[in-house]
Amino acid sequence: MAAAAATSPARAAAWAFAAATCVKLLLVPTYRSTDFDVHRYWLALTHALPARRWYTDASSQWTLDYPPFFAYFSRLLALPAPLVDASLVSLPVPDAPPSFAYLLYLRLTVAFSDLLLLLSSVLLLATDALTRRRRRPFLSLALVLWSPALLAVDHVHFQYNGFLMGLLLLSLHFLEQGRDLAGGVVFAALLCSKHLFLVAAPVYFVYLFRHYCCGRGVVRGLGRLVLMGAGVAAVFAAAFVPFLYYGQMQQLFNRLFPFGRGLCHAYWAPNFWVFYILLDKILAFLLRRLGFNIQIPEASFTGGLVGNSSPFAVLPKVTPITTFLLVILAMSPCLMKAFSKPQPRHIIRWVSYATTCGFMFGWHVHEKASLHFTIPLALIAMDSLEDAKHYFVLSIVSCYSLFPLLFENQEYPIKVMLLLTYATLMWVGFSSHFAAKSPQEGKKVNESGSVVRKNSFIGWISFSYLLGIVAIELWSQVFHRYVFGSRFPFLPLIMVSLYCGVGMMYSWMWQLTWIVRH
Amino acid sequence: MAKTKKPRSSAPDPPAHLPWHHPPAPPISTALLISFAALLLRVLVSVGPYSGQGVAPKFGDYEAQRHWMELTLHLPSSDWYRNTSANDLAYWGLDYPPLSAYQSRLHGLLLNASLPDAVALRSSRGFESPESKLLMRWTVLSSDLMVFFPAALWFVWVYFKCGVGGTGEERMAGWTWLLASCLINPCLVLIDHGHFQYNCISLGLTLGAIAGVLSGNELVAAALFSLSINHKQMSLYFAPAFFGHLLGKCIKRKYPIVEVMKFGFVVLGTFAFVWWPFLHSYEAAMQVISRLAPFERGIYEDYVANFWCSTSVLIKWKRLFAIKPLKLMSLSATILAFLPSLVQQIRSPSNLGFLYSLLNSSISFYLFSYQVHEKSILLPLLPASLLALQEPHLYGWLMYFGLFSMYPLICRDHLLLQYIAVLGLFVLIYYSPGGSSKKGMSIPSGAKAVLSLALLCSLLLQVLYLQIEPPKRYPFLFDALMMFICFSQFVILTLYTNYKQWMLNSHSRSVGRKKDL
Repeated sequence: MAAAAATSPARAAAWAFAAATCVKLLLVPTYRSTDFDVHRYWLALTHALPARRWYTDASSQWTLDYPPFFAYFSRLLALPAPLVDASLVSLPVPDAPPSFAYLLYLRLTVAFSDLLLLLSSVLLLATDALTRRRRRPFLSLALVLWSPALLAVDHVHFQYNGFLMGLLLLSLHFLEQGRDLAGGVVFAALLCSKHLFLVAAPVYFVYLFRHYCCGRGVVRGLGRLVLMGAGVAAVFAAAFVPFLYYGQMQQLFNRLFPFGRGLCHAYWAPNFWVFYILLDKILAFLLRRLGFNIQIPEASFTGGLVGNSSPFAVLPKVTPITTFLLVILAMSPCLMKAFSKPQPRHIIRWVSYATTCGFMFGWHVHEKASLHFTIPLALIAMDSLEDAKHYFVLSIVSCYSLFPLLFENQEYPIKVMLLLTYATLMWVGFSSHFAAKSPQEGKKVNESGSVVRKNSFIGWISFSYLLGIVAIELWSQVFHRYVFGSRFPFLPLIMVSLYCGVGMMYSWMWQLTWIVRH
Repeated sequence: MAKTKKPRSSAPDPPAHLPWHHPPAPPISTALLISFAALLLRVLVSVGPYSGQGVAPKFGDYEAQRHWMELTLHLPSSDWYRNTSANDLAYWGLDYPPLSAYQSRLHGLLLNASLPDAVALRSSRGFESPESKLLMRWTVLSSDLMVFFPAALWFVWVYFKCGVGGTGEERMAGWTWLLASCLINPCLVLIDHGHFQYNCISLGLTLGAIAGVLSGNELVAAALFSLSINHKQMSLYFAPAFFGHLLGKCIKRKYPIVEVMKFGFVVLGTFAFVWWPFLHSYEAAMQVISRLAPFERGIYEDYVANFWCSTSVLIKWKRLFAIKPLKLMSLSATILAFLPSLVQQIRSPSNLGFLYSLLNSSISFYLFSYQVHEKSILLPLLPASLLALQEPHLYGWLMYFGLFSMYPLICRDHLLLQYIAVLGLFVLIYYSPGGSSKKGMSIPSGAKAVLSLALLCSLLLQVLYLQIEPPKRYPFLFDALMMFICFSQFVILTLYTNYKQWMLNSHSRSVGRKKDL
């Protein structure tokens, strides 16, 4: 046990990361989605062609639609590829399934790029002399590194979210430390890697403006404003100037912002729009019953791509501008807080809240976007019992809402066990952590471990809500087939979206209340 | 992800305490967490390839198990062990005792319900499909979950409750680690869920029997152990330990003869129950027995790190001796090897001594008995993992070399990736920050040097094995070198554990019962 005392945070983090890496290795042979082909093509594209053609090449249907830093990142990952097999990075990408060597190579690039996540977590773990907070407990870092949602999306489905989240956490680390300039620059780099994080930009802007530039006199403030502007502009220039020079900006923007897509993704992300669509369907049904002549558009939400005609029968059509305004509106309490009292210790919460708003009200949101706030929230999950309860529900809901991504039988037990293990880990970790913090509760735990559960750790409502997930899962896996046969194949998916949407709404409102109160 | 991470991760934050220790974590959910992590690991390994995947015409153990399901499902029990027109014994004939056959039949029924093609008589030979792989994997997972997991939980509970060795506080601190080392046994996971076998059933039954002995439910233990032998005859490796320990206890009681008769009754009853369909005639029973003891297959196969195979470089046993004298030689060598530990247990049976004795007798069989497979190292590894709190170094060392001794097999099965991941997890758990692995005796520096040399050689060989073509004259050069290294380590460990078991004896007599460690 003496060894534990000597354990440094970095060592413990490396240990947790290594354990996660072993799991990632075991995930190599699992199912991969078309995102695998996407990244495979991008690796070949950035390696085989000059930058001038990156955003114009159309030799594959998976055109490059991430900002330039991500393309540079792909280029970097492609560098060692010829050592493995030169055909890995030649265009056009063959249709044949990849060889095991190539599969392993690509999977390992993901595991490798997660090192950035490790680095940021270690920094965040060790932080905080400045903000005068306790050091973060090891568990909160383990919750990030072992996140089942991240494993499922990155290491099974195939994406590079670990790397992107690493950038975000790094930027949050700098902000927490009060090193605003570095935080702003890193965030700019993140935006140039994946523009979806634009949704956090208002919070960053307001916070940096108030915390970094204001309150130090006009001259210094202006100087800092210029400095920050120059830093951010330099990052953007590094990303976009080459393409500006090639005269491809228009092309690039068309790739980055394909507004031709519909309000909802093929599989509905569990957000506000699920309720909106459902309300529309119910209203249409009721009105028709009452004798009104309502045109119901055919299967308007199951196809993913929706044209210009309104998919709604009764409620007004939603446009990208509407969603944009809604997001800003939802975010405004947080922006006001950040404006009136910019505090580094709340920045993780504010940024998470901003991405939550984007997720809840945004246009064509993917279910995977819930990672963007569950991961940072994991870091503060152990700050208080309230946070722990909220995170417990949120992380389970967010992971469960990703279940439909891994739809093959082989991965079924994997996703279930990942979620169960993680939930138990939280359970054990949170209950012992908070029992230790309050001596009376600690005594109760000594007598019986289950006391914490009933009295304080998780309330009745959350508990029955989480049990409901089990019911939904049972229905979609077992009973649906008996009741409806192969009819209504979308019903289970809609149920999952809807049910998780309730949890997400709760999380959004909880975060909002917290921010307004503190 | 959570995964497999185990609970013993430590918190940097309250120094010197695991997150779920010092505030004592609720034990039930902690045990649940470890079980989930262990199950997750099994599920993940099961995604990988199995032995003989796509290798016609003989395939591998996967096909053997599937073939047994097919046979037991469609043939009457009288034909299971006989060569008939429908049952070609040369093609993966059934060579495990009847309980294995019943288990095959049960699993065959399950497969038949959802995928009849996979177990159709004759036409299904070599049947492989993603669905059948999943179903077959599920049969192993569910067996593991239903037999091995409860047994491991029971054992840890008993260990913790009844006191095996060490002070109460040590056991308190170590139970999570002990449970993890029982459940996350890398060799067992790789062989059962990667290579494809059902060792979890026979080992789980044995583990249940061990827990029964420790908790005083000795008749239950006898029945469970008989079942274990009836699932895989290899469980007999443990028989001397059970025999010695229980006999030793009986002798100390008031009516030793009655006690022994009770055991005899339970064991015979269990055997009769399992063998019932084959007891109607002498021939039928003998037919089964002859299938169970395939002496004609030679004293060893492949490169197994035991005495006969390792010394065959110098003495060509197979050429010099006929099967009969070899049988006799291996029998007497085995008996000689486990005799000390047997005698010790008869003289002074103790819980801790029983665990050592299990290890000693099973490794004696591994080293000296007839027809040993490399997979048989799983048997000594079971008691070694039960001793993980007492002998952390021994446990780590034996586990590593046990895994290493199966390396050629793993490579044949294309399970290298799983091997690396599982070995990595094992090392991580072993060295988990704050884990209890580092206590215990200090090793003299001379021994340390020798041991590190073996470790270094083994690591080097694993790389060479993959990268370098062996010389034409000695195509199995690397296999043989691996075998030597493992054999030498196993011999050293055997001598050490025998010594420990005997010292236990003099210890407890001179110092009193408390100071086991």
